[in-house]
Amino acid sequence: MSDALLTVAGLGKHFGGFVALSDVQLQVAEGERLGLIGPNGSGKSTLVNCLCGTLRNDTGQVTFSGHKLNGLSAHQRTRLGMARSFQLPRPFPTLTLAENVRVPILYAADVKPGRVVTNPRQRCEELLDMVGLLPKADRKPADLTQIEMRKLELARAMASEPRLLIADEAMAGLSHQEVDDILALLMKLSAQGVTIIMIEHIMRAVLAFSQRLVVLVAGRKIADGTPQDVVRQPDVVAAYLGS
Amino acid sequence: MDLSLDLLGNALVSGLLLGGFYAAVTIGVSISFGMLDIVNIAHPAFIILGSYTAYIANSVFGFDPILASIVLLPAFYLLGVAMYHVYDVSFERRGDASIRGLAFFFGILFITEVTLVLVFGVDYRLVDAPYVGPSLHFGVIDLPLRLLVPFLVSMALIGSLQLFMSYTFIGRAIQAVAQDPMALRLMAANPSRIKRIAFGLSIASASIAGAILIIIQPVEPSIARDYIGRIFAICVMGGLGSFSGTVVAAMILGVMESLTSTFYGPSWSPAVAFGFLLITLAVRPSGLFGRS
Amino acid sequence: MRNVRFTVLALLVAAATFAAARLIDNAYVFFAGYVVLQYIVLATAWNILGGYTGYVNFGTAAFFALGAYTTVVLHKTVLVLPLPAMMLVGGVISGVIGLGMGYLTLRLRGTFFSIATLAMAVVAQTLITNWNFVGGSRGAYIIRPSDSPIFSGDYIQYLFVVMLLLSVISVSIARAIQHSRLGYGFSAIRDDELAAEASGVPTLKLKLIATTLSGGLMGMAGAPLPYYVTYLDPASGFSLSYAVNTIAMPLIGGTATWLGPVIGAVLLGTLQQVATVTISSALSLLLVGLLLVGFVIAAPKGIVGWFTR
Repeated sequence: MSDALLTVAGLGKHFGGFVALSDVQLQVAEGERLGLIGPNGSGKSTLVNCLCGTLRNDTGQVTFSGHKLNGLSAHQRTRLGMARSFQLPRPFPTLTLAENVRVPILYAADVKPGRVVTNPRQRCEELLDMVGLLPKADRKPADLTQIEMRKLELARAMASEPRLLIADEAMAGLSHQEVDDILALLMKLSAQGVTIIMIEHIMRAVLAFSQRLVVLVAGRKIADGTPQDVVRQPDVVAAYLGS
Repeated sequence: MDLSLDLLGNALVSGLLLGGFYAAVTIGVSISFGMLDIVNIAHPAFIILGSYTAYIANSVFGFDPILASIVLLPAFYLLGVAMYHVYDVSFERRGDASIRGLAFFFGILFITEVTLVLVFGVDYRLVDAPYVGPSLHFGVIDLPLRLLVPFLVSMALIGSLQLFMSYTFIGRAIQAVAQDPMALRLMAANPSRIKRIAFGLSIASASIAGAILIIIQPVEPSIARDYIGRIFAICVMGGLGSFSGTVVAAMILGVMESLTSTFYGPSWSPAVAFGFLLITLAVRPSGLFGRS
Repeated sequence: MRNVRFTVLALLVAAATFAAARLIDNAYVFFAGYVVLQYIVLATAWNILGGYTGYVNFGTAAFFALGAYTTVVLHKTVLVLPLPAMMLVGGVISGVIGLGMGYLTLRLRGTFFSIATLAMAVVAQTLITNWNFVGGSRGAYIIRPSDSPIFSGDYIQYLFVVMLLLSVISVSIARAIQHSRLGYGFSAIRDDELAAEASGVPTLKLKLIATTLSGGLMGMAGAPLPYYVTYLDPASGFSLSYAVNTIAMPLIGGTATWLGPVIGAVLLGTLQQVATVTISSALSLLLVGLLLVGFVIAAPKGIVGWFTR
């Protein structure tokens, strides 16, 4: 319990009469690599949005490194050390790549207690270099390819210096080689000590990445365990193959 | 006591009639803003344009203003289609509809107003028709035809638009665009074309709204502005794009304005709509009847 | 450091402008120049909210007129304050109104904010029209002092200098913001509010800073107006042409930088001063409307956009 970075207890969310999430329990330990899977419409994105503060959960509580998050806005959560990449990349189109990355440096990394980013320009370059976009630092996002857009999304998420990174379908629509690229990048971040929740449809990537796998179906958690065990669980198989 | 009850009764009745008229003024914006998400703040300017075309038809050619406005529907429809085309090419397709799109309509509002001032001056204009003067009387309640006829025309306008939206393919497609443009594309209909038609209808409604406006009150170019707040207050209160919501909200506003004007003086009534709009936006932006 | 250097440079330009105007020695130059300077302040103030954060304010006239009517009230009560102090009061009042407006509507989509600003302009005008103390719909007369209190010359020269300094201040603020942490936050909000929040940007707080600052500067620009016109009524104080001009100028000049509104205000302001005298004021307003629509369709980045890239 004490080593859990993120604790989700009894989380529920409904839209009108539609129950999107119901009584979700989840714990993520510091440094863990967690995979979160589920069919379309199972509530994965709603869960991410409730964790990050984009949506307010109706019931339950999220605790992140000792802070209760209910009532905190998205930017406050980012400042506490929780970062996300968006499923559809949402760069700042009128800013250059360097400036895109600079926003979270100024507004999230630099405001952390005891942290001063002494050289933001250099930090921008480090981050863009990490994802291989340094040569395009002065370009606008419109000049980027799909995979470069995903990489910018990750660089921007990492610029806030998070303890937990939520990668929301960072690989959807990418080629085999590109998926491996992003996978390697995420493994590198994990090796640096960042806790990562990966939400993904590409099973090959999820299985290669995750130490633990959680399955959501129709807003409920139906499985939580090692990837090998979870994929053999009959109800998981049923949910995926449509029994 | 009796006197103030009479006043109250008359204020309520004329408020309801006025509200019916406000519904006609708003219905165009319920289509453009409520359904198509196009913030056409120039709509009131087209209504005033409708007032002036009815005025010319009436004073120069001696036509009935309402009949004239119906004859002119196709012209206003085409004007709307042309406007949407410019808007679509210049802003929507560039994905830049917010700031520049708003400024575009604001510019159109201003250009229309200044042009009308240049052509007609700032004098108040009015029309002549058999129903402008007389009133019906029911006990202490007066029903001026000047308000009753616009009310009936307005209800007929909204009724026919509602029938069109519910029972024709194009009408249903417009409602589908309001819900989900992608779904419509899958139905192999062209959203741009559907929106163009809808916007054309929205501006066409301004012809009739303008004609009944100039029956109710004398018109000069700058009164367009007084209607911006009313229109958007009603549209938002009515839940953006719901016709029945628009009618109810319009009547609520009409009654409130009429009461304010009767008991506090007409100079306060513009503030009612705007005050109502601010409160609605602050408290319940989804409208009185909207989904949350 | 760069900001200080810029302000010093701007002050030098201002001093040169004033010296040139004194050399021409014609009262009309000061009267016309005052209006252009007033529009530099208004356009710059509008752009801090509209250009930087992407929230369109149609209520310039309200913030501006509130500043002007604050001066009328102060002038009529016993206090006779120096003009800069009155401007400060007007600025604070308009700034607070901006803050309140923002607090009520900025949680919603941007278009609702824009509609609400239109609404607010009419509410404010109705209140002033019904307030007899400031003259109601009949308007108020203010006696303009004959001489400048700080240097030898007409009072209009003094008003010109005051507005000149206010434009230096406004432009310096706008430029400082553009290159600051606040500027990055504003741009992020304009581009994608959800992504800005996810990047740690406190969007509501920043938008409130922008509306307050923008409204405050507009109020300050309006405060000297009663002394300039000497007769102020609601119809002229709340004139729609203020709103149109303040939107047209940044959009024509270019909204992305501090320079755009200045270019737009100088060009359009001067053009109107000339056109009003040579043609007619209604036609010159029509010209503004046509230019606004033409530029938003054909030159989305404004005049500044022609020279970048």
